[in-house]
Amino acid sequence: MARVWAFLTNTRGGARLHWTDWASYAYLTLGIFLMFGPVVWLVMSSFKTEADLQRYPPTFLPYQQETVMVDGYDDPLPLFLMTGGEYEGQVLAQLRRVGLQAQMIDPENPTERLRVTIDQREPVDRIALATENYTDLFERFSFLRYFWNSTFITIMATALMLLVNSMAAFALSKYEFRGRTTVLLLVISTLMIPQTVVLVPLFLIVTELGLFNSLWGVIIPGAATPTGVFLLRQYMLTIPDEILDAARMDKASEWKIYWRIILPLSAPAIAVLAILAIMWRWNDFLWPLIVLTQSENFTLQLALNSFQGELQTDWSSLLAMTVLTLLPIACVFMFLQKYIATGIASTGGK
Amino acid sequence: MAKLDLRGVRKSYGSVEVIKGIDLTVDHGEFCVFVGPSGCGKSTLLRMIAGLESITAGEVAIGEEVVNAIPAADRGLAMVFQSYALYPHMTVRQNLSFGLENIQTPKPQIREKVEAVAKMLQIDMLLDRRPKDLSGGQRQRVAIGRAVVREPNIFLFDEPLSNLDAELRVDMRGEIAALHKRLGNTMVYVTHDQVEAMTMADKIAVLRLGELEQFGRPLDLFNTPANLFVAGFIGSPKMNFLQGRTDADNRSRLILDTGDTIDLPEGRFTQAPGQAVTLGLRPTELQPDPDGALHAHVGAVEQLGSESYLYGTFQNGTPVTVHNPGQTTIRPGDKVTLTAKSTAMHLFDTETGLTLRA
Repeated sequence: MARVWAFLTNTRGGARLHWTDWASYAYLTLGIFLMFGPVVWLVMSSFKTEADLQRYPPTFLPYQQETVMVDGYDDPLPLFLMTGGEYEGQVLAQLRRVGLQAQMIDPENPTERLRVTIDQREPVDRIALATENYTDLFERFSFLRYFWNSTFITIMATALMLLVNSMAAFALSKYEFRGRTTVLLLVISTLMIPQTVVLVPLFLIVTELGLFNSLWGVIIPGAATPTGVFLLRQYMLTIPDEILDAARMDKASEWKIYWRIILPLSAPAIAVLAILAIMWRWNDFLWPLIVLTQSENFTLQLALNSFQGELQTDWSSLLAMTVLTLLPIACVFMFLQKYIATGIASTGGK
Repeated sequence: MAKLDLRGVRKSYGSVEVIKGIDLTVDHGEFCVFVGPSGCGKSTLLRMIAGLESITAGEVAIGEEVVNAIPAADRGLAMVFQSYALYPHMTVRQNLSFGLENIQTPKPQIREKVEAVAKMLQIDMLLDRRPKDLSGGQRQRVAIGRAVVREPNIFLFDEPLSNLDAELRVDMRGEIAALHKRLGNTMVYVTHDQVEAMTMADKIAVLRLGELEQFGRPLDLFNTPANLFVAGFIGSPKMNFLQGRTDADNRSRLILDTGDTIDLPEGRFTQAPGQAVTLGLRPTELQPDPDGALHAHVGAVEQLGSESYLYGTFQNGTPVTVHNPGQTTIRPGDKVTLTAKSTAMHLFDTETGLTLRA
């Protein structure tokens, strides 16, 4: 903790703050605000009720109107503070509102009905988290189902991609064979074809294979990526051939060389690719949208999309689910981010 | 029995031939050193024996079995690489046991063997470290241990000491020689350092440009080099070479280009009268002598206390090195006359470079 504090209060040296310190901290603070502002706003909004979300001007903190249970009424009644008229200063509960008039009662004296105009009152608010936004996701919507779909697709696609790409990269970096350069050029040249161009043919193939509306229809087409092959190949080129020769002298099969020598030694590059793959798959929208049409197969991204109707949008659920969708990817990034810098630095070819 | 036979072994990369037909036999238990300047093909030859390079023509036989078509893993050899090639992600113990695991050795046996080898090479306290935490010498030991633990028929060493500092190199040289004595295996050792070759080998193969220049015991190579190249390569400091021509009337009389004349011993060489020849004299065999036939000008003197070296030139500018046991009073700028024992003379045909020894 002391070290964190020392780091956060670093200065250019000397006891007094140099003007560059002020500039740096101002710049960094601005950066933090720009980066985290929207995320914090999102999290805050996800705890607001639908009514609170519609409020103008918007507030930073989530508010809810105070309610009170009154004898003789089944539902809790919202409380208002009277700002004018004969009841000024009193806190009344609203029974119903008709146009500009509202029927109120005094919670202390529930038998007497009072009639007030609505511009003479303002709601009594308190800071409260609308956790029902989150619990609803589990109760009303099958959030766990979508979560499972997304997780399954992400994990399987990433694992498959790492396996396929690393094997291809191993062959392209460590074996001499006729046409190796051609194969590599072919792989790299597919980078130049935008995904949208192959969308229709890919869809036809997936349908033909009977993978339409199946999670595997999302997983398999993304198993091999030219970026991944190229990234891993460049890294594997830096592994000395002598180590492979040594393994061969040690009677290791080629498969064993791949599994026990090449894979562990490529770990930094594989970690980078894993992070990228997880982010790609988790955030993928277009391809799952095309392949998955039944809601029980929806991924989180598709489910989020389905909250946005043509006529109305369920903002509170949408925001809550967005937060839950962000969390896993943020965790992955937090734990693996140190590999990104080292991995990318060392894949740049020494 | 692990006898190694090379019969007419050749290797080409495209149209470039790098190994030009090599025949040699290493008997069981022999320590054979391939030596030569860089680019002579010695490492390639070793890799061909190991099975890491294909053989373009000829045969490699281990025992009596031709192994051309047998993959490296199944030849029963072990190799120590120049860069050690330890598996960086494994501990020393895992490095040593990897080969044994691959031949399905039972776990307790692996443990036992690894520990025995580690003890022998004095790396038993390093077993749980990774290669990056070891010094050069320790890595070298691990690399040797990895080869030893599988009990191969033949050990192959590819310049294993070239990454070590001079002092450590001398130590490891002794250890490898001792290891050879203890294990009694056939070993093939590649180096560019002729001192290593001389000190360790039972047999030396001198290679140049993919050809075998001479194959034999170290002292045979030293005493009776087959050609100019071997004569110049083996021995330190290098042998002095003097160009000349035998007298047209008296083939025992050698007229050197330096202007000096020298008498060759009768019957030792097969030189013809009037033939262009090169006289080879080792620095240790040349001595300053007031009655000497060779006139030289001293350029520099190195006094090492127990021995001294004179560096100079003959009258025509040919450089000469003289080794003098003990200390000397000769100083730079002096003119000296040198003499050589007739038994220590080497004579070569200047055109072919071959020895003229009878």
